[in-house]
Amino acid sequence: MEILELDGICKTFGALTVADQISFAVSEGEALGIIGPNGAGKSTLFNLITGNIATDSGAIRFRGRDVTRTPPMARCLSGMGRTFQIPQPFEKLTVFENLLVAGAFGSERGEADVADRCAEILVDTGLIDKANVLAGSLSLLERKRLELARALATEPKLLLLDEIAGGLTEGECRSLVATIRAIHARGVAVIWIEHVLHALNSVVERLLVLHFGKVIGIGKPEEIMASRDVREIYLGIEV
Amino acid sequence: MNWLDTILQGVLLGGLYALFAAGLSLVFGIMRLVNLAHGDLIVLAAFLILVLVTALGLNPFLAALVAAPLMFAIGWGLQYFLLNRTLGKDILPPLLVTFGLSIVIQNGLLEGFSADSRRVVAGSLESASVNLGPVTAGVMPLMTFFSAVAVIVGLNQMIYRTSVGRAFRATSDDPVTAGLMGIRPQRIFALATGLAMVVVTIAALYLGTRANFDPTSGPSRLIYAFEAVIIGGLGSLWGTLAGGIILGLAQTVGAAINPEWQILSGHLAFLAVLLFKPRGLFPRAVD
Repeated sequence: MEILELDGICKTFGALTVADQISFAVSEGEALGIIGPNGAGKSTLFNLITGNIATDSGAIRFRGRDVTRTPPMARCLSGMGRTFQIPQPFEKLTVFENLLVAGAFGSERGEADVADRCAEILVDTGLIDKANVLAGSLSLLERKRLELARALATEPKLLLLDEIAGGLTEGECRSLVATIRAIHARGVAVIWIEHVLHALNSVVERLLVLHFGKVIGIGKPEEIMASRDVREIYLGIEV
Repeated sequence: MNWLDTILQGVLLGGLYALFAAGLSLVFGIMRLVNLAHGDLIVLAAFLILVLVTALGLNPFLAALVAAPLMFAIGWGLQYFLLNRTLGKDILPPLLVTFGLSIVIQNGLLEGFSADSRRVVAGSLESASVNLGPVTAGVMPLMTFFSAVAVIVGLNQMIYRTSVGRAFRATSDDPVTAGLMGIRPQRIFALATGLAMVVVTIAALYLGTRANFDPTSGPSRLIYAFEAVIIGGLGSLWGTLAGGIILGLAQTVGAAINPEWQILSGHLAFLAVLLFKPRGLFPRAVD
């Protein structure tokens, strides 16, 4: 059963094509990695999936429903969670309040009903010590964890992770990967854009390669990494 | 001249200015919208109370209770259907639209109620006073002041203690991200303006019962509200109360020295604060 299906998605900004006939599907509980050179249209693809940018043509189906023209807020309510490449916490709210807002509004329930779950997420993501600190004062790793925690608080069925491991040290990266694996193990489908390939490949079941808005490969990580096009375009290796 | 009395009157007048300013402060804090029609909306609410009092023979307080939900609806609709469309990176459209709205309200009121100056009659309460040892204070000014404190305590509780308040702060921080968390920023903004109009109704009740007003009274109320917000520091509701009190004190002290100096000394106090503390006395917002 597919949780997300993209069918011939196109998007241009003026003369620049950022999505060129993109079609792929993600099954329920699957983890898909997306790689591609800078400017390949990876983050734009996320914006198209979450609805922050409208598609020019093509269709997006989420959990069996056509959401091509559905606003971002409604897509969130139907189970789409997302983190940003540059963390965007609500800086003047505490860490716990950040989750409370996301939890209460993202699942249309009262704060009292979601408070326990928010606390659990803070434990899982290693932020519980910072629960009552203003989000604006967090370090980069903590901000990235908060992005993840806040996305989880909306109880997503599909989690979109945008370069969440970038800029972290080796140890920080390892513990973040462990957290993501645990989330994935609970049956949450994940689409993860990442440049840190070893982190990505230790979680995802399939890899998708994007280049100038085009899908140039999708399949098992080892096959993709071995393919000639990918090695040439993305890894820059002469073959 | 009794200085203690002058200071008390000044502080109590400050309560009225804080009421003028609280709604403006709330709306600016949440959506960075400067509502130039704020003063005219206060006057509109005052006329609404006046109509309810004269046509239905209601007590002014009861009339304000009836007017409050009506004003909430007006504020909600105004924000949802008109002002939300003006919000964006450019700060000019909301200024122009609310300036236009100010002119529309003034002329609409002029058409409906003529240029005569009006007053809401509050009966024996108007002249009632309480003896506080060396000074006496009018019951109405005291009620104005305590209403202002109650409004500010209430708004602060709501903003920092409730789910809606957290949504207000989250949306104020980043409306796009808030949308991704399932918050509907347009509705949050509409709710905020609706609430601001409830505060405006309370301000209008005391404006109407304590002084004369006419359709063109709005802009000067807007100026007082602005000055109170700026003196107190953007983003702080307690600062707004302090700003109102400083403005009220400056005006009564000025008037005590020479009656012609009342308005001028208020503006001078405002300028002095701008000169020495350009971000206000209790700035909270970092941006």
